[in-house]
Amino acid sequence: MWNYTETVKDHFLNPRNVGEVDNPDGVGEVGSLACGDALKLTFKLNEAGRIVDARFKTFGCASAIASSSALTEMIKGISLDEAENISNEDIAEFLGGLPKEKMHCSVMGREALEAAIANYRGVPLPTAEGELVCECFGVTDVEIVRAVKESNLTTVEDVTNFTKAGGGCEKCHDRIQELILSARAVTGTEIKLERGAKRLTNIKKIKLIEEVLNREIRPALKKDGGDIELIDVDGDYVYVSLRGACVSCSASQVTLKDYVEKKLREQVLETLIVEEE
Amino acid sequence: MDKVIYLDNNATTMVAPEVVEVMLPYFAELYGNPSSMHSFGGQGGKGVAAAREQVASLLGAEPDEIVFTSCGTESDSTAILSALYSFPEKHHIVTTRVEHPAVKNLCANIVSMTGHFHRITKLPVRPDGTIDLSLYKESLTDDTAIVSVIWANNETGVIFPVVEMAEIARSRGILFHTDGVQAVGKIPIDLSRTPVDFLSLSGHKLHASKGVGVLYVRRGTPFVPFMVGGHQEKGRRGGTENVASIVGLGKACEVAAQNLDAENSRVKELRDKLEKGILKIVPKSILNGHETERLPNTSNISFEYVEGEAILLHLNQYGICASSGSACSSGSLEPSHVLRAMGIPFTAAHGSIRFSLSVFNTEDEIDFVLEKVPPIIENLRAMSPFWKSGG
Repeated sequence: MWNYTETVKDHFLNPRNVGEVDNPDGVGEVGSLACGDALKLTFKLNEAGRIVDARFKTFGCASAIASSSALTEMIKGISLDEAENISNEDIAEFLGGLPKEKMHCSVMGREALEAAIANYRGVPLPTAEGELVCECFGVTDVEIVRAVKESNLTTVEDVTNFTKAGGGCEKCHDRIQELILSARAVTGTEIKLERGAKRLTNIKKIKLIEEVLNREIRPALKKDGGDIELIDVDGDYVYVSLRGACVSCSASQVTLKDYVEKKLREQVLETLIVEEE
Repeated sequence: MDKVIYLDNNATTMVAPEVVEVMLPYFAELYGNPSSMHSFGGQGGKGVAAAREQVASLLGAEPDEIVFTSCGTESDSTAILSALYSFPEKHHIVTTRVEHPAVKNLCANIVSMTGHFHRITKLPVRPDGTIDLSLYKESLTDDTAIVSVIWANNETGVIFPVVEMAEIARSRGILFHTDGVQAVGKIPIDLSRTPVDFLSLSGHKLHASKGVGVLYVRRGTPFVPFMVGGHQEKGRRGGTENVASIVGLGKACEVAAQNLDAENSRVKELRDKLEKGILKIVPKSILNGHETERLPNTSNISFEYVEGEAILLHLNQYGICASSGSACSSGSLEPSHVLRAMGIPFTAAHGSIRFSLSVFNTEDEIDFVLEKVPPIIENLRAMSPFWKSGG
């Protein structure tokens, strides 16, 4: 049995603001029957642009219903700019916390709020764009990267708890792992290389190397008319071939060791050795 | 919580009072080790021997075909791994898509741990949860080491034609294991006339305590132990016997034999009253599983457009205990693999509730549940964005 707080139980058993606002200014619908939870949020604004009424309809478990109820209570009486700043962590905090496996319920609340605000403003949702990573639950890279950054997630399991991504067939686990690494690299958060190093399978290692090459190294070399190609990975040895202007460049060995190897060591594995084939 | 209405007997059962009674002396008084040479320890040994006969009697087996284990899961692992060790040249297992995790996840582990050296055929089921015997026959090959199928499904109660399936396996010279955890005590079983080689059962599903199970091993079946240690269970399962629980299980089997008629008459009537009542009163409620090829105590009902965990927690407010095949109630994100194998639509799979009764349930309890369920569903549907009022 889930260990729900008294506040969660209260909002589940006595949900506030159930239903739909008549002639709403904003409507946000997220989730689906297939996913096991869905939320339709409607709100109404007054002349001053403050939310005067907010209502929800939710299909889902106790924490999904409680998160929806909490959300409507939190946004009533505040402006859209203020509402925009509400994070899923805020919703969970309002409820006195949620079991970690249920954090995705609070994320659904936040997403419905964003969708409703975007609907009011007539703009597309940022999370609707991007690459579809988890086909089972329809989660994009944009959503995953955002959850990683906002909630400081470090493992695939965390990402599943918060976004549901990876909770089905598990095919996307490698991709989620990559997204975690790159998102944390960009935010400057420390990547626990030693832990990651032991766990990297060859496939993962090659994928990560390719990703760093494509994202950072190749664009930088191309600026100078050069290019690089990954030939093979054997243990810690990464065999590459330099192309274009790099071939005749006298500084190419420096580039290889001081730039390419350094980047790969930073972002993939600190024991990597880059060699030209 | 003052009142508990326990309709979750496929999860676990109350230890019957007469079972508790026979167990108690083995804790503080007759605590000797059955393996000891002194007569003090021998008293435990006598208790275990008597229990072996009681279990054998319920199953239509010989006492020396009964191996006591710690649980149904251990019995399943023992049977399947024993077959693989006994026939190292065979690399194929036939099972179904609706097995209990004890078999399902074991098979998945075997495949990954042997580097895909073994192959698993998971037979599909029909929308009503029953199995197509022609597909089963086609799946058996000369490479098949063992067939493992659940006799009665824990989620839906659907009963597989195990007698016929075991005969088919026997005619092909293939070992046959059945997970009989839910079937034993609820439907008549006579292993003297059913050619299964292994059968697993679990004490706590039939009013004995948790922590004790049985693996039936037919005489002459090749056997390699799973738990290796002392000479207990004639070398088939090392480890000091859980004497009190084993004695209790013996008694529980004796009681189960006496209650078999009640299970199939009084319990079934209560189950039918509950099921028919709900299906009649609650619109868009669907029975999952074959109507008659089913355990007398189990009813799995889907309430469309609502989520199972939410239903369970509302029922919990009234002390009503049931379970759900929804994703949220299991801690995973996907609904029950059994319901998905049956092709139950997502509109219904997330809202499935399993009621499982026992001889301890009363008609008053069923009436109370029938009174409480409809408003809970109505209330949750009023909240659901997918529910259009009026159906």
